[in-house]
Amino acid sequence: MSSRSEAAAPLRAAAPERRLRYVEALNEAVAQEMARDPRVFIFGLDVDDHKGIQGSTVGLQQRFGRDRVFNTPLSEDAMTGVAIGAAMAGMRPIHVHIRMDFLMLCMNQLVNMAAKAHYMYGGAVKVPLVVRSMIGKSWGQGAQHSQGLHAMFMHVPGLKVVAPSNAHDAKGCLIAAIRDDNPVIFVEHRLLYGTEAAVPEVPYATPFGQARIMGRGDDITIVGISNMAVECLRARELLSAAGIAAEIIDPISLVPLDIETIAASARRTGRLLVVDNAWMTCGASAEIVARVLERLGTRALQSVGRMGFAPTTCPTTPALEREFYPNPATIAERAHLLVRPDAPAWRPAAEDAALAYQLQFRGPF
Amino acid sequence: MAPQGDVPLQGNVDVDAGTLERLYRGLRRIRRVEEEVARLYPSDKIKSPVHLSIGQEAIAVGVCDPLRADDVVAPTYRGHAAYLAKGGDLNGMMAELYGKVGGCARGKGGSMHLIGMERFILGASAVVGTTIPLALGFALALKREGKGRIAVAFFGDGATEEGVFYESLNFAALHRLPLLFVCENNFFAIHTPLEKRWATDRLCERVATYDIPTTKISDGDVIKIHAWTTESAAALRTGAGPRFLECHAWRWREHVGPGEDYDAGYRARADLAAWQQNDPVERIGGRIAAPVRAAVDAAIEREIADAVAFAEASPFPDAEELTAHVFAE
Repeated sequence: MSSRSEAAAPLRAAAPERRLRYVEALNEAVAQEMARDPRVFIFGLDVDDHKGIQGSTVGLQQRFGRDRVFNTPLSEDAMTGVAIGAAMAGMRPIHVHIRMDFLMLCMNQLVNMAAKAHYMYGGAVKVPLVVRSMIGKSWGQGAQHSQGLHAMFMHVPGLKVVAPSNAHDAKGCLIAAIRDDNPVIFVEHRLLYGTEAAVPEVPYATPFGQARIMGRGDDITIVGISNMAVECLRARELLSAAGIAAEIIDPISLVPLDIETIAASARRTGRLLVVDNAWMTCGASAEIVARVLERLGTRALQSVGRMGFAPTTCPTTPALEREFYPNPATIAERAHLLVRPDAPAWRPAAEDAALAYQLQFRGPF
Repeated sequence: MAPQGDVPLQGNVDVDAGTLERLYRGLRRIRRVEEEVARLYPSDKIKSPVHLSIGQEAIAVGVCDPLRADDVVAPTYRGHAAYLAKGGDLNGMMAELYGKVGGCARGKGGSMHLIGMERFILGASAVVGTTIPLALGFALALKREGKGRIAVAFFGDGATEEGVFYESLNFAALHRLPLLFVCENNFFAIHTPLEKRWATDRLCERVATYDIPTTKISDGDVIKIHAWTTESAAALRTGAGPRFLECHAWRWREHVGPGEDYDAGYRARADLAAWQQNDPVERIGGRIAAPVRAAVDAAIEREIADAVAFAEASPFPDAEELTAHVFAE
């Protein structure tokens, strides 16, 4: 247990002077890997247009050519098959989707072929495939541009699932995903694209299966997935005003999942709250809580909670959308209740909750 | 451009004596392997549902014989014929059907997931149409490689009803990928006839709208199939875009399992009789000198007996194999 905790400790400090936005980190990761390995190619609808997937693929075609960076028809089923076939043939495709919702069009190929090929064919083939997709939020993204569907992929053996929450891990995870010999579902979040972090220029791989403790605390362990890791950090600031020290953990990769780090923290704080950027039913939050309780026993924790999307379709109107998502104030309020169940109800002041949105995670990495 | 019925091939196609013997050996070998699988099946030694290729051998043999050893084929779940025709290891296939660790997929795939990457045979899928875009992805990789290799996607008439088929046609034509689309049209998806599934039977016409040259061969003539493949493969190696072949065939046996099912009433035994009168194994075999044919037949029987013995002798996988190969290390 202790060795795993050490493994989850912050990585070596990055050069402090170089900061990149999440979107730039994605772009740099692909460019560096394409320069290193001629087998890598990237394709998907709109990867070579003037917007370049919100900038994450801009400039790649000019640098690496049309054979290695190219647009596709709206044929997600066949294009996923093309990626799998090319991967079996020894190439290393990156298939890009501008919204995660569109992965539903790829499910047969991802679930029935990509996930199973190595096993079903007795190890005769490998599928080194990266499937990039972005979860949308706000500006009326609505029902079909907002879904966090990572749990569907976690359910199926043979797929790795990663959801980096900051620019440093976005670059490291994408490089690790490209170098991985397995299909990797790479979960991005639109609201993270503009966030900055220290990102070393040198290529580096963020290991899968090692959670990151983003803030130390002794009163409660809060696990935040994808963009919710950032929201949990903001909640941590609000909680500190109430004298509660929350430990924030970003799992980074969901398959493999570093349950040791999460369980060790929960054992120490005695309280666990998992906040997912998705629905809760059969979700990552259910999985994490179940595994922690299996590991620690049902009496090890004083309180356990989960938060996620409201059990509804995501509405477009801001009046309802703001009720749909957990936010720093509701996370802090829930954490407070878990830490002090007998105390009077508490919620952060509205102006503090608004100010919380200025917070960005700045490491350490 | 929009063919109705058969497209006549150039002139009178035929093959030399050596090719004829190879074709016969290929046809007979598949027929006999399948008959042996059917014979063994009631013993419960075969631990896998089997979709026999009997009656459809000519397509696999006619297409695979002209291919280069390093060309890639993607068979279907009714794929014993294509697997064997492309040079797949018979021992590995038989042991796979037995669920033994000596199988081509270590016993984890079974009859519907045969694979032979050493012979560039892609793994088959039990989900209809699923391997068409995989062959397309291989074709993309082969084009990038630039060594003149090509890929072949085999699929049934049912697969042409899947959206992914049309997505794949479009992408193959758009990028001029070296892929042969080969439709094995046996008129039934499990038990459902074309009449209940297709608005029209003008399949080649549908495909031709992608500017893909199409050919239809409705008599199961292995020599015509061979000629089409020889000519098409040569064109693809020099940069021509994809081509499409629709081949009629008759599945002699039931959809899955070793027996016949003409008593079920969904198709007529008279149709079987018509196809059996035109059986390519006998037609080609009849053109081979009797002593040569006898030697070929005897060699096939020895090979099958060896494969059955190999499968019998191969152990079942250890329990630890259950968790091996979930991820590539």
